[in-house]
Amino acid sequence: MRLGESFRVALEALRVNRLRSALTMFGVVVGVAAVVVLVAIGTGARNLVENEIEGLGSNIIFVAPGEFSFGAAPTISRMQLEDVTYLGRVTGDEGQIAVALNSGETVRAGRAQTFSSIVGANENVQNVFDRPLRRGRYLSRTDVETRRRVVVLGSDIARRLFGDVDPVGRQVAIASGTRFRVVGVFEEVGQTFGQTRDAEVHVPVTTAQRMFGVDRIDFLAIRAPTSDDIPRLQKDVVDALQRKYQGEQFSAITQTQLLGTIGTVLSALTGVLAAIAAISLLVGGVGVSNIMLVSVRERTREIGLRKALGARQRDILAQFLVEAVLLTTIGGTAGILLGAGLSLTITALSPVPAAITWWSPVLAFVVSAGVGIFFGVVPARRAGRLDPVIALRTE
Amino acid sequence: MTEPALEAVDVTRTYTMDGVDVEALRGVSVRIDPGEFVAILGPSGSGKSTLMHLLGCLDRPTRGLLRIGGKDVATLTETELAELRNSQIGFVFQSFHLLARTSARENVALPLVYRGIGRGERRRRAISALDTVGLAHRLDHRPSQLSGGEQQRVAIARALVGDPGVVLADEPTGNLDTRTGHEVMDLLERLNTEQGVAIVLVTHEPDVAERARRQIHIRDGLIERDVS
Repeated sequence: MRLGESFRVALEALRVNRLRSALTMFGVVVGVAAVVVLVAIGTGARNLVENEIEGLGSNIIFVAPGEFSFGAAPTISRMQLEDVTYLGRVTGDEGQIAVALNSGETVRAGRAQTFSSIVGANENVQNVFDRPLRRGRYLSRTDVETRRRVVVLGSDIARRLFGDVDPVGRQVAIASGTRFRVVGVFEEVGQTFGQTRDAEVHVPVTTAQRMFGVDRIDFLAIRAPTSDDIPRLQKDVVDALQRKYQGEQFSAITQTQLLGTIGTVLSALTGVLAAIAAISLLVGGVGVSNIMLVSVRERTREIGLRKALGARQRDILAQFLVEAVLLTTIGGTAGILLGAGLSLTITALSPVPAAITWWSPVLAFVVSAGVGIFFGVVPARRAGRLDPVIALRTE
Repeated sequence: MTEPALEAVDVTRTYTMDGVDVEALRGVSVRIDPGEFVAILGPSGSGKSTLMHLLGCLDRPTRGLLRIGGKDVATLTETELAELRNSQIGFVFQSFHLLARTSARENVALPLVYRGIGRGERRRRAISALDTVGLAHRLDHRPSQLSGGEQQRVAIARALVGDPGVVLADEPTGNLDTRTGHEVMDLLERLNTEQGVAIVLVTHEPDVAERARRQIHIRDGLIERDVS
């Protein structure tokens, strides 16, 4: 029997039991849609994080105390502002070393108030990072040296506190009421690790130290002249800091290394999501197998007749296998469309941009066809081996 | 001497049911020549259905020689057996065994599907076979839209479409009223005389068996009488 003939017979069989076929397919639809959506979410999350990290800029070395890894307890820094000058002698360019001292505080302007991430920074932040300004200017060396109470607002904060009014020249109160003059507003830049950087407020690091009553800085960021300089600078900076702070550990990590670490974590996450989805596909496959067994039993007489008329074992096998594969591939196609639709909805309604990769629908389709073959083989072989004498006698 | 269409020599068939061996046939020898019209008669449980299944290549004998169209079935694989059925044997069943939801024409064409014949040719031959049984006007009707007699005539057309040497008819009138039964017998008789196809009829009704030119009486798995 030709394959086209098997398709025709199988389609007819599915059409006759429309509801049953649809319900069986539904299991596959859900499984495939789950694979597509969860892989899309995993991939999307990964892309998101990678874009954010790439947004930090290349050739930048982040220096922080302790071991840099996920899940490690944060270490209180002992680094000082003077370390900029100290490390400048090691790297050769003090102007390419930015510092940060972070704290979450309330910021007020008139009656409006909002919670913000206060970053005590030095004037080099703009040399190291790409932080364009929408209005005004960034912090200057004089601001830092003379502990001026000036502030550069993130675009979100500016909007929340001042609405459409230009905030430059106006006053804000930070924490327990220290008053600062707004000198600049950042352009909108987006998020890093789920925190919007547009909610940052930059003040001179010296002013921040006095306000918070500390004399440390949390971390340093150094821009290397070229990527070839990175390994040397990493080593020199860590060595220099460990010489100065005996017994302390420091790590210097680049964006690429950060990407590698996070990429591994997120790939594993995507894998886990896909595995969970695959389980539901498996359950759908068992449903197909079950229904095919029912179908074979129901059509025992038909099988007997076909055999009497000259159907070979492989003709009967092909007929039922094609039926099972049609069930799963039709279901699989519907599942891919549903999964793609859900992914687009998730992208539209949530911060995670679900990314449909070319391979996940292809894989889902191939897997669903494979599920059809795998779970169809047992019922189809049973059909093929039926004894025609017994099959014809079945009522 | 012509080659026999079907030939069984000292054939036995033993089934195992619930661990007990049941001898359905206990040494049957029969030879059916091309163009014959034979009735196999016997009460239920006599082994006549078993004999028909053997002659139709649906089953293999436990012992003995069985030759269909000159081929010893013991030497054939499952696939070769299926191909032999397809080319040599036409089946007519008591309960018609037509595929529901399938037109008369497509039902008739079914054996040709397994012969790998193309659609157009299948269609042409099916129409011709339906014409032979007088149903040229019922091509696209489904079994449920046909009377019992018409359904059995569709089944006969299906048995003929592959141009077999022998048509095996298992109680072909069993589900029909007397008058329709006679019509079906008339048709089988006509096919036998006009087309020269051998017909083997299995029945328990003596008046149906009398229509055949030869009667083989079977009882308790043995041939009791073979009357021409």
